[in-house]
Amino acid sequence: MKVSIDPDKCEGHGRCFSTAPAVFDSDDLGQGIVIGDGTVPADQEELVRLCEQNCPEYAIEITE
Amino acid sequence: MTISKPPVEDFATDFDHTDPEWVANPFPIWDDLRERCPVAHTERYGGAWLPTRYADVSAIAHDTEHFTSRTVVIGNGRPGEDAPPAPMGVAPPISSDPPFHAIARRLMQPAFAPKAIGPYEDFTRKLCARLLDPFVGKSQIDISKDYAEHIPTLVIAHMVGFPQEDEERFREFVHTILEAVDKPVEERIEDFQPIMEYFEARINEHIEDPRDDLTSFLLNAEIAGQPLAPEHIFGTMVLLIVAGIDTTWSAIGSSLWHLAQHPEEAQRLRDEPELMPLAIEEFLRAYAPVNMARLVKEDFDYNGCPMKKDDWILLSFPAANRDPEVFEDPDQVIIDRKVNRHAAFGLGIHRCLGSNLARMEMRVAIEEFLARFDSFSLADPDDVEFSQGQVRGVRKAVVNLG
Ligand code: HEM
Ligand code: SF4
Repeated sequence: MKVSIDPDKCEGHGRCFSTAPAVFDSDDLGQGIVIGDGTVPADQEELVRLCEQNCPEYAIEITE
Repeated sequence: MTISKPPVEDFATDFDHTDPEWVANPFPIWDDLRERCPVAHTERYGGAWLPTRYADVSAIAHDTEHFTSRTVVIGNGRPGEDAPPAPMGVAPPISSDPPFHAIARRLMQPAFAPKAIGPYEDFTRKLCARLLDPFVGKSQIDISKDYAEHIPTLVIAHMVGFPQEDEERFREFVHTILEAVDKPVEERIEDFQPIMEYFEARINEHIEDPRDDLTSFLLNAEIAGQPLAPEHIFGTMVLLIVAGIDTTWSAIGSSLWHLAQHPEEAQRLRDEPELMPLAIEEFLRAYAPVNMARLVKEDFDYNGCPMKKDDWILLSFPAANRDPEVFEDPDQVIIDRKVNRHAAFGLGIHRCLGSNLARMEMRVAIEEFLARFDSFSLADPDDVEFSQGQVRGVRKAVVNLG
């Protein structure tokens, strides 16, 4: 599984980096960013799906 | 003096967010409108529209082409081109539209990013302890008056570097700007005078004697190499004081009010503290405190609603958060709800800048309360008061302790 954040849609609600801090982080402006190249460790997949379902801006994209 | 108004007969054609029925319990009203309308209208306030479905709230919040944020607090009368702007009309970035909005917002973002907020947790926790410790061993506490109202007020005063002793005045400012919307426009302008004087004095103190706080941060900020215009600094300072107080106060108050009625859930949060982040998102969804306004830019047909230039839109994020199209069992408060795309902090470019701060304050406030009181319940469920206006929350709720 791979995950990315569309920076044009992200408004920094922070639902991703607070739910899955091993996969997402926030930058100095508080916008969501993906740690590393976006490859999701198997044990984080469920959490990342939850982030995708909770992002109020539909900014998180998952590719399998 | 407030303008006296007839009671609302039908919220679909004559809604009023200051009506006692709405203030007491707006949820059945929104549920009914969502089925019937779903965008309600009123001639009050010079004409206003109320979307109640998540889809419409989201569409309008994201549509800065047809809707302006020039004024985000509904008042009496239409704020036409030359009508005096409502006080909040001059508070960037909340009152700004693109493209200036992004500039004004970006300036503030580093100060409210998660990494910048972290260091204030310690101050907040000590503050909560100081407020609660005198009640340990006592029989009652008012969760709003004795606790919730002080937390965001004293935290933001600390952040901007205003005297802690002035906290009562900050709540008065909030009342004047956000709640006293029933007054005639001329009276509201008069009421705004002492607020201007207070902020001018604090800003001048910071110009003479710069400090390590948000006021000096703003005074040092630049746009394209130029310092900010004095109106910009003043407007943003007022926004910082006003936007974070009754909103977070309401969110903390509603959360504790809910837990006081559900002791088994309070116990679950003591036993499983890892659920706290989910519980906080659920309290934010179910008891979202903030409704914001927009103005229609030009005559425009929105899904069959003939909107006129300068009509108000009451953008109800709380109503969106109860939409069964988006949330399963929306009227149930489920403290471990996992799928919860709520809009309590708004949607689109104006997403609450203070959301990381507000969440931290809510978490710390609830943790410290649960840690001190093993059991608490509402003293009199009928003797609970809610605020009137666009920000909804508990303003009085006495609980029995132990
Ligand atoms: C639980 C507490 C809070 C809630 C529910 C809340 C809610 C909101 C909402 C819904 C908006 C969007 C306004 C719009 O679309 O017009 C907003 C904007 C804003 N809030 Fe909050 N707020 C809270 C706490 C705070 C705090 C603690 C601060 C800190 C000072 C703050 C500062 C702001 C600012 C500066 C904006 C304007 C952002 C912009 O226009 O870009 N808020 N808030
Ligand atoms: S939850 Fe969505 S909007 Fe919020 S920071 Fe993450 S990607 Fe951005």
